Formats: sequence, C-alpha cells, structure tokens
Amino acid sequence: MSSMEASNATIENFKRMFEQGKRFDGRGLFDLRQITAETKVSNSAEGSARIRLGKTEVLAGVKLAPGTPYPDSLDKGNLIVSGDLLPLASPRFESGPPGFEAIELPRLLDRAIRESHVIDLSKLVIKPNEKVWTVYIDVYPINDDGNLLDAALMACLVALKTAQIPALNENNLVDYDKPATGKMPLSADIMPLSFSFFKLGNTLVMDPTREEEESMEVRITFGVSKWNGQYMINSCQKSGAAPLNRAEIEKIVALLPKKYEELIERLKKFF
Amino acid sequence: MTLKRHDGRKANELRPMNAKVGVIPNADGSAMFSFGKTIAIAAVYGPRQLHPQHMQNPATGILRCNYDLLSFSVYDRKKPGPSRRSQELSKVTQWALQPALDLSEFPNTVVDVEIYIIQADAGTRTAGINAAALALAHAGIPMKNLISSVAVGKLDTELVVDLDKSEEDFEEGEGPTDFPVAKLANTSQYTLLQLDGKIQPERVSEVLKLADVACAEIYEVQKKALKEVVEQ
Repeated sequence: MSSMEASNATIENFKRMFEQGKRFDGRGLFDLRQITAETKVSNSAEGSARIRLGKTEVLAGVKLAPGTPYPDSLDKGNLIVSGDLLPLASPRFESGPPGFEAIELPRLLDRAIRESHVIDLSKLVIKPNEKVWTVYIDVYPINDDGNLLDAALMACLVALKTAQIPALNENNLVDYDKPATGKMPLSADIMPLSFSFFKLGNTLVMDPTREEEESMEVRITFGVSKWNGQYMINSCQKSGAAPLNRAEIEKIVALLPKKYEELIERLKKFF
Repeated sequence: MTLKRHDGRKANELRPMNAKVGVIPNADGSAMFSFGKTIAIAAVYGPRQLHPQHMQNPATGILRCNYDLLSFSVYDRKKPGPSRRSQELSKVTQWALQPALDLSEFPNTVVDVEIYIIQADAGTRTAGINAAALALAHAGIPMKNLISSVAVGKLDTELVVDLDKSEEDFEEGEGPTDFPVAKLANTSQYTLLQLDGKIQPERVSEVLKLADVACAEIYEVQKKALKEVVEQ
C-alpha cells in the first residue's frame, strides 16, 4: 500500500473510472464494503467492539470512571471522545504530537454522538452536583484502508450498545470484583452513524479504499440518527478545499435516509 | 413564524455588521469584520518565502490560516495558545478561503492569514472568514471572487440566521442547531459546511437558501469596505 500522495496518472484513472460508475472492486459508487463486527474485544473495558469495513479495521472501547461534573452541567455525566492514529495501522501515521487528521477524527465522532443524545447523560449521576460518571469513548484504527471516520463511528455505536456500568465500593471507587450494576443508559432508538461522501471531478463516491481516498478532492461527512421517528442530521463537516455545489449537497442529503436504513439493517445483528 | 428572537430580529435578519479594511499597518493586507458583538480581525502576510523548504510547492503558492480566540474574548478566559478547536477551525477556514485564490503566479511561497477574535458572541469562525477574505483582497492577492460566510441556526423548528451566544444555548424542542456556511459570492459553490445539532435532511435546501440571501448582504458590506479603502 502506498503512503505517498496519489500521482496525477492515478487521479486521472480514477476520474475516468468513476465517471463510468466503475471501481476496481466491482462496487457501485455508493456501495459500502462488507461489514463485520465483534463485541467484547477487551473484557477490561465496560464496552468494546471491533469493526471491519472491507480491510479497514477499527477498535472502540468504552470506559467509565467516577468524576466531577462540569460546572455548566452539574446534573449530567461527562462524555469524552478521543482517538489516536497509531503508527501500527498505516505507514501514513507517525508517532509524536497529533496531526490534523488525528485531531479532526475524534472531534467529528464526538459531535455525531453528543448531538444525537444517544447517551442519556442525566442518568449517569452518582451524587447530584458532586459525582458523576465520565464516559470515555476511545477509538483506535488497527488497519487503515480508507473511510476511517464512518467505520470508527460504527465501532463506537456497537461498543456503546454492549457497555455496562461497573459497581462502586463505599468510597465511590470502581470495584471490578463486583458484578456490573446495569446497562449503559442509551436511548433505544437513537443510533448515530456517519456517512461520508467523497468527490473527484464531478463524481461522488462513498466508502473509498485508501487508494481511492488519496485521489479525492473533498469529503463531506454527515452524522445521522433517528429522533422521534424522524431522520436527523446531527453533524456535518466538509473537509478539503474543493467547493461543493448546491445540486451535489442536495443529492447527498436526499440519499441519507436510505443509506441510514441500509447500514442499520447490516449492523443490528451485531448488538 | 412563532419564535421571538430576544433582540427583536426577524428570522432572516443579520446582526448589525461592520467592516473596515486596513486596520493593521504592518500587514500586507488586513481587515476587521463584526456581527453584532462578535469582532474578528485578520492580517495577511505574503506571498513570502515558505519555510520549512519541504513544504514548498513549485507549482503554486500555498495558503496557511491560523484562527484563534484572544484569551479575554470569552467570559471564561481561554488558555492562550492553540487548542484542538482552534486547530480544526484554522483548517476549515483555510479550506473555505482557498477556492477563491489563485496563487499559481507565486510558486514556493506561502500566504499567511492570521485571524483573531477580540470579542466573541457566537459566529466567530464566520466573522473570521469574512475578515480574512477582505484582508486577502486588501493584500492584492489574485482572487477569483470574494468569500462570504454566515451561520444559519435552527431553534426548535425555526430557521434563523446569525445566531448569537444566548440563542446557541437555546434548549427547547428540537434544541439549537448551528450550521455555518461559506460560499463564493454570487455562485452556488459552498466552501464551508459544518453543522451540529438536529436538522431534518429535507430542510438543508432551505438552510442554503437562507444562507444565500444573508451572504449576498454580507458581500455588499464587504464590497463597500473595500471601496472605502481604495477611494482614500
């Protein structure tokens, strides 16, 4: 796998192929790769999952720890989403301070999860105004073959669905010798997922492999969930300098409900 | 229209805007842009030699943006220095501005855009982009167009433009949604699209239409500020 910028010849080649609706792996332009999920990949975590989207693989873990509430939300638990692009997962990733991609990924996951309100943070209070659960969702790509963000949010959702609240001892510290006290307070029908669309020339494509992704001019990602029976966009980010025109944006947005249902159908057997 | 905005604005009404070009004498170009109480200043330095050398592009000059809040621009003092938020907003600002520029005449150089918020009352990234577009034009950087930017908001089910901080904290019904947009003036090309909150996919068209009308108004304010500095 290359870790270089795509050559002009490669870009021209992809442009031609996408215009004819073709891809090397035979998929249509808006088809997602095969998805498999595993849960409980670490029994030390309160919830965890592995997602494979084609050859892209991401682990997500949920940890809970007693903490102090933020002054502006004394009656709610805290949510912290982070992630790291480990050099383990790709020759593109380097150790050291986080690059832009490593900053953007957890921020976009955080927005999609937080704004969907899938976690009922008001049920994560241990002692009002003093002690609440802090929910840490940590994401680690294990193999980057493109479309990390969408795969990472799938991993977060599956990990959350399996997460449990650990028991506390008399000093309000976690006691792992006692059985868990209950399931994570999730709203049953809110399931945040993200859908990234990539543009090259005049063509839009979903779920690119790494090689395809490196040729793309711009990405736009929508975090989507269902709330009170309605599809809701919870987050959006255009990443990359190329503009998107109105017709493209409207086309993408109109596809979201259908893509959401498809993906939920493929994921729900895993939790 | 059932919703009353606390400052009496109509749904499609921007806060009073103010724009001034040439506010930083040392810079090659500079500008101030404000939406109500939100004040942004921007300075442009360059095109100038780019260091480190390995970042140089022999085909074109590159654009580099830095956005941040001054520590005292918000009620809870912001720790000085870059944060993850400011690094993300610097990058989306760069992406928002880049399509307006043509730096092909300046290989191996960089155009640095420095944007700071003096007083923050929501809409800081959009005010910053408006100021930066003016500063780039003032610096004489070859531009195909101006960039105008505004945040469209949704409060419960009502779409409104240019939210202030108290509106961003709205908590009823479907809650607050913040949808910042930037576009190449008088086109349907969008260069910044971000969102957080809750909005039905079928309402995105309406958001873009509101943004178009607001951006046309912002564009007039920007043009006027540029004319003023040329006529001086």
